[in-house]
Formats: sequence, structure tokens, C-alpha cells
Amino acid sequence: MSSVLERARRIDQRFLVAAAILFAVLLPFFFDSGSPFMDDAVLALAYVVMALGLNVIVGFAGLLDLGYVAFFAIGAFTMGWLGSTFYSESNGGDGIHILVTGAASNLPGIHINFLLVLVAAVVFTTIAGVIIGLPTLRLRGDYIAIVTLAFGEIIGQVAANGDQIKIGPIWDATLGKLPLIPDLGSSATLTRGKLGISPVDKIDLPFMDPFTSLNSRPWYFVALGLVLLVLFVNVRLRDSRLGRAWLALREDEVAAISMGIPTVKTKLMAYGTGAALGGMSGAFLGSFLNTVNASQFEFLFSIFILAMVILGGLGSVWGVVIGAILLSYVNSWLIPDVLNGLPGQLGLDFDLTQVSFAIFGFILVIVMILRPEGLIPERSRKQEMHGIGAGDTAGAGTDVELGEAG
Amino acid sequence: MPVAFAIHDLSADGSLVRIGNNLKDGISNGAIWALVALGYTMVYGIVELINFAHGEVFMIGSFIAFAAFGWLGLDLTTAIPLLILGLALTLLISAIASGALNGMIEKVGYRPLRDAPKLAPLITAVGFSFILQNVGVLWLGGSQVSVPDLIGSQNLLFEVGGIDITNGDALSILTTIPLVLGLTLFIDRARMGKAMRATAQDPDAARLMGIDVDKTISATFLIGGVMAGAAGLIYALYQTTIWFHQGFEAGLIAFTAAVMGGIGNLRGAVVGGLIIGCIQQISDNRIGPEWTPVIVFAFLVLVMLVRPRGLLGEETRQAG
Repeated sequence: MSSVLERARRIDQRFLVAAAILFAVLLPFFFDSGSPFMDDAVLALAYVVMALGLNVIVGFAGLLDLGYVAFFAIGAFTMGWLGSTFYSESNGGDGIHILVTGAASNLPGIHINFLLVLVAAVVFTTIAGVIIGLPTLRLRGDYIAIVTLAFGEIIGQVAANGDQIKIGPIWDATLGKLPLIPDLGSSATLTRGKLGISPVDKIDLPFMDPFTSLNSRPWYFVALGLVLLVLFVNVRLRDSRLGRAWLALREDEVAAISMGIPTVKTKLMAYGTGAALGGMSGAFLGSFLNTVNASQFEFLFSIFILAMVILGGLGSVWGVVIGAILLSYVNSWLIPDVLNGLPGQLGLDFDLTQVSFAIFGFILVIVMILRPEGLIPERSRKQEMHGIGAGDTAGAGTDVELGEAG
Repeated sequence: MPVAFAIHDLSADGSLVRIGNNLKDGISNGAIWALVALGYTMVYGIVELINFAHGEVFMIGSFIAFAAFGWLGLDLTTAIPLLILGLALTLLISAIASGALNGMIEKVGYRPLRDAPKLAPLITAVGFSFILQNVGVLWLGGSQVSVPDLIGSQNLLFEVGGIDITNGDALSILTTIPLVLGLTLFIDRARMGKAMRATAQDPDAARLMGIDVDKTISATFLIGGVMAGAAGLIYALYQTTIWFHQGFEAGLIAFTAAVMGGIGNLRGAVVGGLIIGCIQQISDNRIGPEWTPVIVFAFLVLVMLVRPRGLLGEETRQAG
């Protein structure tokens, strides 16, 4: 009987997923390609990719990462470095052009095809994820949150002050002599500080016209493609050996270790995967927003993405998708466009946009107290959050500590 | 780091005045961080929660002190005896209000989640931190607000061997010492202090011994908030500018201080606060203030990496 129900549920779910994807593909044809709704939709999809990435770290592996903005920053900077006029002195002022067409192919600076930038962003952020993950391996849960937060802040501060870091001379002296690696020019810096790198090259795909900022439809489809790719990765990982190892570590580290799960490798895989997904979205956003700017990389952003994961349901792939779309629209449409005047109408002297982050803070508090498993909970998480076995989990942390001390 | 710069100064101009002034400023600032760190370390010691909103409680403490100056009519023309009375009253107001705020956060946000997985209350703490930051934005706006320089913070009080001790330094250090001593005495001697130590060691056993654990935890948050409120007043008088974002940075700095001193360890938190204060001042003065956050955060990571148990060792149940 139960197996029949199970099969019915699964068919039901497949139907839902197919319907959702069909809806997402057809959606842009009902809206004007330059409309604000479409711009918001592109942003929402990019945030879905971010949230699914963070979900791997926080939801699957249970490592609370409060510095996810670091991966957004590194992904976006990869796009900025490899797809703008920022390094205009590179290659003696001629620039470097790899598989780019249109206006970018005549400009100075480094211009590399978006797909290659995407690969580079994945490589860079995976490395960053592992580097950030390494120091947290020995720490307990809440200390991990603080260390990741600190890394996020460090990256943000380096981005803001990176115009003081001259990398050109060192680069030219060490790497510039190697074949295939061009010089950057002696005045090249790490970032453009608070000014930001802008404009950034638009996405340039084979067999398609170069993208423009006026027509958001192609951006939408690229973002949707990324979402589908990341969804596939998320679902496959969740149901894989690695996914079960993450779950085991999250639920009870001691038991997981005694079952032979390699903690170091498993945790670093979570950081690396989550970081790579954030980097992909970061590179996309760098191009879409047309700027890579230090003010984008603040702690608030990490919490914004975390709120999506928490609202949707930690570890629940579909929940996180819904949470990300909801909060993205709350942030880019509901608060600024619809409800912004509400406090004024109530006789209060402020705009709702001023308190948008209090709203996200409020969501975190309310969800945690009233429905800690999120809107669409993952099944095992639901049991845990409602007290079944919660005591065991709390005890496990202490045991780990004692074990390490002894 | 201080030693290296001291040697550098000696070789450069044969005097220790510059590093001395750096350290003096560091200790005055560090005293404020120490007061904030006490709240972190007490709360962590007893419920094992990083009270992420603690920095914001400190910020609200500053704001309340600023408002209290207005209510009490304290300004630059107030006569000195009245000023002292007024400041004492302000200290009382901001300390009690911050204590109450911290206690309220515990009741609403953390108590319902005491049996939930550990990450749950940490997430509500982050939520409260954002809510309070926006309260700050609505209260005094999004930029720095200058506070009347009631004590003449930068005015020279006296000079020792080329090191200028200002009114601000004296205020910071002379308010912190009695507060820390009082707190240590309270924890060591008072009945409630004993209950706190017992609950920190083993809440279940404490409950069996007839200790009201909920009340004890509430008291811990209250006292932590009181210390943050006092720190808020000192910060407002010492820095003479306040803004909504001061709590975020102060929170992270103070948390680093608490970890460095060994979380759960009161004396450690004070020592940690002073050390971080000195590191900040040296970095501000020698490297550039825009790099100070990077230095502090890198130091935080380093402490966590090398000595997660802290310099003086932790006194929580996990160590015992």
C-alpha cells in the first residue's frame, strides 16, 4: 500500500517539476523583454543559483556559512578581470581577446568569452571555498559561522581597498615572462576600489547576437539554463553517496566518522561545491549588473541569501528555489515598488526600503520560531526540528569536543 | 606586533613615545571592547550561543545615552558637579535599558529554541541583529551623528613620559575597572553568581540542585546587556560620534576578544579586549585605518585556527 502511495507521490512530483520548468520557459513570452518584471526575473534566477549553492553548504552539510558573499565577490571579480577594459594596459595596451565578437573585440583590456569566464569563476571560487573551509574543519558549528563571516568581510574589505594593491609589477616580474601569459602593465591593481569595475562585457554566446541591457530575454534564458544545471547538480548530489555522507555528518558527526566517512574530504567537497555555484552566479551577475563594485559585497548579502535558504527549508532543494524567488521579488519589487509608501500612509516618517534588512531579519526570527523547517521542508529536517532526536544532536556536539580534547 | 614596532621606533628616533601612545589609545578603546566582550563570554559560557545581536545592544546603548543627554539637558555649559551627576544617571539609564533589551531578546528569540539544534538560535540572533540595526537607522539615520563632547574627550588631563592621558582615556579606564571588579565579585560571591557558574557547568545538575535555570539565564543576558549599555555610554563620550553600524564591528571585535581570552572566562575577555584594542590602534596608526578591519578579521581567523580555546583557556562545560 505504502509503495503505491510512494510511487504516486513521485509521479506527482515529476509532473510538478515538469510543469514548473515549462512555466519558467514560457514566462518571458508573456512579458515585454525590456520590462522591469523581466529584469527582476533574471535577478531572481541568479539568486536561485546562489541559494542552491549555499544550500549545499548549510542545508546538506550543516555548516553554517555567514560569509557566502565571498564567492559572489570572487565570481563577479573573475568576470570583471577577464571581461572589461579594467586591465587596459595589458599586453602592451593591445588587450587580450579570446573568442569574443562585437564591440569587446576591439577594446583594450582582457576580454574572454563568457563561457570560459564561467569556467574560470568556478575554478577560482572552488579554490577559495576549500581555502575558507580548511580552517573551519576543526571548529564546532557556531565558530564556523564566525570564521566564514570573517572571511566574507576580509574579501569585501580587500575589494573596497584593492585599488591600493598593485599587482602589475609583481605579475609582470613573475608570470609575465612565461609563454602565453601576458603582462598586465605596471599600474594594474587588484580592484578598482570603491569606484568599481564598469562597464563589464555582456555575455557573448556562439550563434547568438551579443546581449544588450535593453533586451533581458536572452539573459533570462542563460540564467534559467544555469538554474537547471545547478538544480540537476543539487538533486543528483543529494541522492548520491556524497550527499548521504553530508547528511550523516550534519546529523551526527561522531556516528558518521565511526561509519568511515572521511570528514575532511566530505566537508571540503561541500565548501567547494557551494562556492563554485556561488561563483557561477557571481560571474553572471557581474555581467548582467554591468558593474563589479565593492558595495555589492557586504555582510547583508550573505544574510539575504541565507534567509532564502532558511525560508525555503534548509536542505530542501525545491523549498530553496521557492524561498529564493520569493525573497528576491520581495527585495526587488514588493518592498521598493509596492509597499514602499506604506509607512508614510500609516503616518510614519520613513520608506520601507530603509528597513528592508530588518524585514529579512524578521523573516529569519519568525521562520526559526514558528516553522524552523521552512516552507517546504526536507523530510528528515522536519523531524529533527520538531524535537525528535534534537537532544541527541545537541549532545553530539559536546561529545565531539570531549573526543578531541581527550 | 607591539614589540616589533617598539624596536622599530627605538631604532628610528630612539623614543618609545609613539608606540606608548598607540598602546594607551589601544587600552582605552580596548576597555570598551572588554565590556562588550564580557556579555559575549558570559552568554556563551552559560547557553553556548553566540549572541550575535549583542553588538547591536551595545549600539542601542550608545543611542540611549545620546538621547538621555537630551532628556537631562546635559550640554557643554553644564557645571561639573551637575555633569557628573547627569552622567551617572545616564549610565544607569543606558545600562538598564540595554540590559532589559538583551533580556527581552533572550525571552523572545532564544528561549523557545533552547531544545532546537544549535544553529536555530544563532540564526534568530542574526535576525535580531538586523532588526536592531534598522531600528538604529530609523532612530538617528544612516550616517554618523556627533555627540556633544561633554567631557572634552581629547583634552589633556596629564602627561606621563610623553604619553598624553586625555579625559576620554581616564573615563574609559576608570569606568571599566569598577564595573569589571564588581562583576567578578558578583560572579564569585553572590548567590546568583554561584547559580550562574553552576548552570554553566551543567544545567541539568543545576536544575536538580534547585536552581531556577531559566531565571539564571535571564539574569546572565541582563547583566551582559548592562555591561554593553555602559560600554555604549563610554563609547559615545569617548568617540563623540555614534552610528547604527558601530555595533556590527564592535560585536565582531568583542567576540574575537572573548574567544581570544577563552570563551566563558571573564578575565580572559578583558585581556582579549585590551589586546585587540592595541592591535587596532597600531594598525590604524601604522598601516592605515582602511585596513584595520582586515587585520582584525585576519587575527580572528588566526585565533580560531591556532587557539580556539583561547589564551587563558575556556571555563565552559566543554573544557571541563
